[in-house]
Amino acid sequence: AAAMAFTLYALLQAALLFVNAIAVLHEERFLRNVGWGTEQGIGGFGEEPGIKAQLMNLIRSVRTVMRVPLIAVNSITIVLLLLFG
Amino acid sequence: GDVAAAGSQGPVRGARSERPARESARAGGPQLIVIPTHKAPRGWARAEPAMAYHQGYGGQGSKHRGRGPLVPPAPDPHQLFDDTSAGFPHAQGTPGSGIDMGFNTLLADPMANVAVAYGSSIASQGKDIVHKEIHRFMSVNRLKYFFAVDTAYVTKKLALLLFPYAHQNWEVRYSRDTPLTPRQDINAPDLYIPSMAFITYILLAGIALGLQQRFSPEVLGMCASTAFVWVVIEVLALLLSLYLVTVQSDLTAFDLLAYSGYKYVGMILAVLGGLLFGSDGYYVALAWTSCALMYFLARSLRMKLHPSLVPDGMGHPRGAGRGQTYVTLGAAACQPLIVYWLTFHLVR
Repeated sequence: AAAMAFTLYALLQAALLFVNAIAVLHEERFLRNVGWGTEQGIGGFGEEPGIKAQLMNLIRSVRTVMRVPLIAVNSITIVLLLLFG
Repeated sequence: GDVAAAGSQGPVRGARSERPARESARAGGPQLIVIPTHKAPRGWARAEPAMAYHQGYGGQGSKHRGRGPLVPPAPDPHQLFDDTSAGFPHAQGTPGSGIDMGFNTLLADPMANVAVAYGSSIASQGKDIVHKEIHRFMSVNRLKYFFAVDTAYVTKKLALLLFPYAHQNWEVRYSRDTPLTPRQDINAPDLYIPSMAFITYILLAGIALGLQQRFSPEVLGMCASTAFVWVVIEVLALLLSLYLVTVQSDLTAFDLLAYSGYKYVGMILAVLGGLLFGSDGYYVALAWTSCALMYFLARSLRMKLHPSLVPDGMGHPRGAGRGQTYVTLGAAACQPLIVYWLTFHLVR
């Protein structure tokens, strides 16, 4: 049988959860302790930022850009899930 | 859309000659056409801006309709009596008898004409709106590039997908900074083969499931959406990894969609082999198409990601070249896994 039968709706849900997970990573309490703070990444103006710096950049930009739309999308999803299960 | 608008403008233009006379006679008729009146002038002005007397004509028409059923209005100078050559002589006569006798023709034709004109104007407005909205999300010209294929290209590309080991020159040729269309360059990616192969794969999956008595229409839809979702996931993963490795390449999302969609051809062959020759045929076809697909993808992506590897180029191998190689090899290695995952449940 189809082991992982995906629907487009499942993909949307997975994407929403993933973006939520990235948005929840707190800058001060968590990322700095791990060593993934944004000040530690942007060093120098060299050619190749490297994978770690790119990842930190990506996390920070996702957090900045998606904060407000995530509020809206999450609210809509909560209401829809409450109504339609 | 264009053909329909042009076609609907034909009878409208032809019937316009009869309309001025009929409008004047119809003022005594039932006030059936209410909606298009205040909209007609604007719509007609947009649909055919060349016709100068439109707005005046439309305004006259609405004025006539609003005046009430009593008086047959005197023909005003805006209505061109010259155009009523082919016309209906009874429309010029007593409006009562004209309307009684020619009730059906008078009612059907003007209403149909107005409806056609209104519909064509609405259609053109809707088309503009749809175009604007679509242009905000994706560039249609960019999409058209991927579907500019012809038969020779398709046959050669299919042969290349199944036996890429003999091909020498993998470079995508450019002409004045724009990549050549697939018609002129066999190395260019296209979206025609992936989409056709996707549909064929869904049909084949239906056949395979039907042979195992496991078919139902919902399963078909589930299979289709599963395959599509896996391709979308793969494209997103490729985009993410390319971003992390800071590659300067001109690989757009559509290019990656095309390259990921080529695996459908391999899937079709694997399922066919499994259907025709049983389990052994499935594994043989799977092995062959996986190797061919891996080689094809590795060479194509490497050529697109490493412009410095052009023989006459003066590029120096950067440190990020290592990451690019990893991405290419990783993408190539994931192909047989996905192909296997999506097809093994069809061949038992």
